[in-house]
Amino acid sequence: MFRKLVKGCLLATVCLLPSIATAQSAQSDTVKGIERYRELLADGNPAELWEARGEGLWKEKRGPKKASLETCDLGKGPGVVKGAYTELPRYFKDTGRVMDLESRLLHCMTGIQGMDGAAIKRNAFGSGTNRSDMEALVAYVTSESKGIKMKVSTAHPKEKESYAMGEKIFFYRGGSHDFACATCHGENDKRIRLQDLPNLLNKKDAQRAYTTWPAYRVSQGELRTFQWRLFDCFRQQRFPALEYGSEASIALTTFLAKNANGAAFNAPALKR
Amino acid sequence: MRNFNRMLYVAGLALGMASAGVAAADRAQVAVGEAEVMREMFRGFNPQGQAGLSRLRQDDMQKFCSSPGWQKQKARVKQLEKEQLALVKYPADGKLLGSWEAGERVAQSGVGMQFSDAPGSVAGANCYACHQLSGTELSFGTIGPSLRNFGKTRGNSEAMQRYAYGKIYNSQAYSACSNMPRFGHSGILTEQQMKDLTALLLDPNSPVNK
Repeated sequence: MFRKLVKGCLLATVCLLPSIATAQSAQSDTVKGIERYRELLADGNPAELWEARGEGLWKEKRGPKKASLETCDLGKGPGVVKGAYTELPRYFKDTGRVMDLESRLLHCMTGIQGMDGAAIKRNAFGSGTNRSDMEALVAYVTSESKGIKMKVSTAHPKEKESYAMGEKIFFYRGGSHDFACATCHGENDKRIRLQDLPNLLNKKDAQRAYTTWPAYRVSQGELRTFQWRLFDCFRQQRFPALEYGSEASIALTTFLAKNANGAAFNAPALKR
Repeated sequence: MRNFNRMLYVAGLALGMASAGVAAADRAQVAVGEAEVMREMFRGFNPQGQAGLSRLRQDDMQKFCSSPGWQKQKARVKQLEKEQLALVKYPADGKLLGSWEAGERVAQSGVGMQFSDAPGSVAGANCYACHQLSGTELSFGTIGPSLRNFGKTRGNSEAMQRYAYGKIYNSQAYSACSNMPRFGHSGILTEQQMKDLTALLLDPNSPVNK
């Protein structure tokens, strides 16, 4: 897997060298190079390492209560992992809240295993040897939804409320730069520098964007979940730090996940 | 305990029915109120580095431009532009053109104001993130219009200098709900940096006009 990865990087570097003089063709060359780079890496995604570790963590008896997560209900019944992510976020009767995968896992780890929730949140984003159990668990659970169509419901009033709240947050301009999510993700065919931006109000773009998270980020050497995606967007938006698993973060996820309904889930993916 | 649970269940059902009724009538009516959104925004973020929770507090422009359909409120749009224009502070020395070389560096830099940035670090304008400017910089974004040959096509008159400086200072003054930050109004750039950017746009020797 890693040999393939190294080969991919080398080839991609060659592809990315600008070889043609005019601006237009040099740019389309760069875009082609990036596409080729993705193709080369696609059949050797390091995300598999996170998935395997996550599966181990799911089944292992851990925490003060020495329990596995196999009784954790992700919405389709205790222990059912298959397809669970395609119906999240959703309303959970036992907590009376709409929860996304990360907040639900946090609930199970603190409740079933007796772990310290604050410590889990502090370590939610792994870095090198300081690995995040949350990222591994999310990798495993989401991998069990690969190929299954997104089907997020807003039948329950709390789910409706969450969606409506998420929509408002999407358009919420603030901070030193007056940015909202919509500033970068509200129009078709836009770029920041050379980075293509999905229009998350457009069905096709919304589907492609949401169904490719979580992802292994080559630039970071880490697997990142959707909570991280939102956290880092808000950082660049010049907002304060998004609280992990907050109602605001779940509402925004409900809005974006529901907009991806009908598309086959295709993650953990691989991104630059 | 069992009774209590049942009470909760019945209350939940009643609530559910009420909400479902509203929802069926009109999705827009289900939309959560401004106060609830504000509450969850303030609960949902933590101050970090230089980004305090005050960043979440919206001024009139931010509030108005966050509501989809603002375009239809034509009178309010005009009024907002007038208000924002009145907030532009032009340099006391009357000089609006700085150095285009320095302006190019400001246009390239995306540093500043993020909670991950060192407090007090000099912010850039990151113009290239959204605009095409110099012909030799191929890595430019498309959220804003191309500014290629900005000065060449518009000239370098004093009125044009005031427009360019004012637009950089407060983009909302000329186009309400523009996506562009208000670099002067929000204290992102210094007066000198904005003069340098004005030169980058208008100086005949600037790569923008070559």
